[in-house]
Amino acid sequence: MNLPGEAQGWICAACGGELEMMKVGFTYMKGNFEVDLPACRNCGLVLVSEELATGKMADAERILEDK
Amino acid sequence: MKQDNLREWEQKCIQEEPPECTAACPIHIDARLFVKEMGRGDHEAAFKVLAKTMPFPGILGRICDHPCELKCKRGEVEAPIAIGLLERNCVERATGKVRVQLLPRRGQTIAILGGGLAGLTAAWDLLRKGFGVTIFERSHELGGSLREFPGNTLPQEIIDEELAVLDTLKADCRLGQALDATVFEDICREFDAVFIDREAVAGCNLPLKLDDAGEITIDAASGATDREGVYAGGGTRCIGAYSPINETIQGRKGSLSIERFIQKANMGAGRENDGPFQTRLFTSIAGIDPIPRVQPKDAEAGFSNEEALAEAGRCIQCECMECVKVCLYLERYQAYPKKYARQIFNNEQVIYGAAHTKNQFVNSCSTCGLCETVCPNAFNMGDLCLQARRAMNEQKFMPLSFHEFALTDMAHSNGEQFAFSHHQPGTEGSAWLYFPSCQLCATSPGEVISSYRFLQERLTGGVGVMLGCCGAPAYWAGRDDLFRETMDALRTQWEQLGSPRVITACSTCLSLFREQIPGMEAVSLWRVLEETGLPVDACAATGTTVAVADPCITRHDPETQGSVRRIAGAIGMTIEELPLSGDKPECCGYGGLMYNANPKLAKDVIDRRASTKTADPGKYYHTTVSGHDYLAYCAMCRDKLAGAGKRVSHLIELIFPTVAGGDPAARGWISWSQRRTNRARVKQELLRELGGKGEDIVEPYANILLEMTPEVSRRIDERRILEGDVRTVIDHAERSGQRLRNSASGQYRACLQSGNVTFWVDYTPADNRFQVHNAYCHRMKIVGVKK
Ligand code: SF4
Ligand code: SF4
Ligand code: SF4
Ligand SMILES: [Zn+2]
Repeated sequence: MNLPGEAQGWICAACGGELEMMKVGFTYMKGNFEVDLPACRNCGLVLVSEELATGKMADAERILEDK
Repeated sequence: MKQDNLREWEQKCIQEEPPECTAACPIHIDARLFVKEMGRGDHEAAFKVLAKTMPFPGILGRICDHPCELKCKRGEVEAPIAIGLLERNCVERATGKVRVQLLPRRGQTIAILGGGLAGLTAAWDLLRKGFGVTIFERSHELGGSLREFPGNTLPQEIIDEELAVLDTLKADCRLGQALDATVFEDICREFDAVFIDREAVAGCNLPLKLDDAGEITIDAASGATDREGVYAGGGTRCIGAYSPINETIQGRKGSLSIERFIQKANMGAGRENDGPFQTRLFTSIAGIDPIPRVQPKDAEAGFSNEEALAEAGRCIQCECMECVKVCLYLERYQAYPKKYARQIFNNEQVIYGAAHTKNQFVNSCSTCGLCETVCPNAFNMGDLCLQARRAMNEQKFMPLSFHEFALTDMAHSNGEQFAFSHHQPGTEGSAWLYFPSCQLCATSPGEVISSYRFLQERLTGGVGVMLGCCGAPAYWAGRDDLFRETMDALRTQWEQLGSPRVITACSTCLSLFREQIPGMEAVSLWRVLEETGLPVDACAATGTTVAVADPCITRHDPETQGSVRRIAGAIGMTIEELPLSGDKPECCGYGGLMYNANPKLAKDVIDRRASTKTADPGKYYHTTVSGHDYLAYCAMCRDKLAGAGKRVSHLIELIFPTVAGGDPAARGWISWSQRRTNRARVKQELLRELGGKGEDIVEPYANILLEMTPEVSRRIDERRILEGDVRTVIDHAERSGQRLRNSASGQYRACLQSGNVTFWVDYTPADNRFQVHNAYCHRMKIVGVKK
């Protein structure tokens, strides 16, 4: 899988490994979700971009708060 | 919320009540909508509005004597809308036909005696309701007095055309019928009920009770005669004032009574608004410019289309919306309190697993109470929202995110870094207690210290001091448990200090103390300073003009508002009054925790207040602003307005200037982090004055030194990320090595979940400091990578 533009250039500083697209689990207000995100296969470090956090994720939080 | 509680709220908001024109129209034509369609030049749509309520619109639309105009609101400005002439223009041009929606046939048959407008209306109504109808008319045509209008107003062919609908509906019209007592008795036997058009039976000697003028006596409300099943109406001509619309309404009342008589239903129930009534709708005519009523060039021909368009354009489209005009929150959700009350009720009930779709809405109101002040019925949306928030907490569906930041900030104020109380240094008792408030200490620590010194100099009996938060955030969050607990703790400390008179520099604290702590005598700092006189080094502001931005909480506190104005005057300021001041101040977006639950709305609110733009076309909400500097006397008002770029100073900055000859209105925004540091500073300063008792409280990770540009600092503050949060993330990343690295820029990116929030920081270590490039956060918790 190709990494999205925002994730390019980031590597895991803990092990030096490249990031790959992996399934990442999230939870909020009793809901569970899975999103494909860049992450380190060895250490499990995940990359949530600013765009994602302040955009789609913030919107989803809002919707879940009105549930 | 209970059903009847909902009813009470709904009853208070009269926005859905009919406008004056509709209420005054005996048959309640939706004249507002009719005129609106005419204003669009849409004759067909306007005709539909008439036809919905009006029998034979082609007839009545030409000749109605329009009592609606007497009550039209435009009449209070200059002259009422010419609704009658507009109706005529409409029906003369509309080509649409009346579509009859027939109800299922019913077995009963009704006799109509007389084919004047009253009788015809009754026939029309009853036919539509599915009854069989037979019209008995003495003359050889239907219409009665209608036939006597001049041909250019009401042509004979029009009458015939309009009445043709009776044939379509299969009315049995018996023309040239003799009507006398014997025929009448036969009719009464043959039919299930009878309606008499009094205009058509003059001299028939029907065996019914008559009045002094020889008219058949009827009950005004129902049209009932003294004989069961026989109703009558009409005959306005016989009393010398033929009124088409009154003929119509009497026919209509008769038909409704007959229907109820046949169904054996309650005759009077729900009929209060049959015929003209006084509406409860309030419509402000303030600011509406007079526009003269359009006079038709050709009086006989009535309005031309252009004239009709211009005349319809004068209509105010009456409605209330007083609260929506002054509140962006109410406007943003696109309805008005009556609708909102229902939505809030539904949000609480959540029937059949439906979503709580109004959670954010309920928590976005600033509870400022301005709506109550401007509403003709004192509808306080803030009270409604607070009530709903308490219920959300009790029923455990309040999302934490709406209030968490504010409640954490309150916990900070009531925690060891700030909370504190003591007698005046060197004394053992306090006649007074200074409660400067957590928010003022957060934004003006130096001024707070100076004011405390000043009070100690000027007042006798000892001036103790108490630092802490009054609990307002908990109150606004609907967290009564936490609010009570906070109040009780404050009260206990106050009692331990000997229940002194409390001086507070925050109007919210003042109002809560007065309401919630019986026996506590609380007074504003401004009132006290009026008594003590101002310090000699108070700023000399001679020649400046300011607009006073009253905090919303002072709306019922003219005493404090007066003190502030007098002090401003005493230091030489000229005051400009904002239209929304005194009992009508707006909120800055901090109140009710709007800023926490709905940051976007709070930002829009304060941006509007800080701008000089007043109106958005097509919107209700108009801001009231001034180009002058603002003078605030609430710490949050100052900080919010300054944050939005408005020049604003706090009164305390003028009375106790930290820099002689400075320009406090230029101070600008302040971060949440700085506000906490300032609070701690006030406490440290007071402790020092008490002889160094206590120790400096060291912030966790204080050794992690941060550097960031003002832009970054502002951005992360708007995201409500504190410097402490940033430090925690960096500390964790540096110690654990868990961080990402950008190979191009060399920057690190790391995250840490702290409480319910996950913070992300982009940074570069530089010597013994960390350069912070960005920070952001989310509340979704990362569970982890799925293997
Ligand atoms: S101004 Fe318009 S809506 Fe108001 S009463 Fe007159 S016609 Fe009706
Ligand atoms: S913000 Fe103020 S004016 Fe607006 S609805 Fe709430 S209490 Fe009323
Ligand atoms: S001011 Fe607002 S709440 Fe009051 S009646 Fe008018 S629309 Fe309703
Ligand atoms: Zn790794």
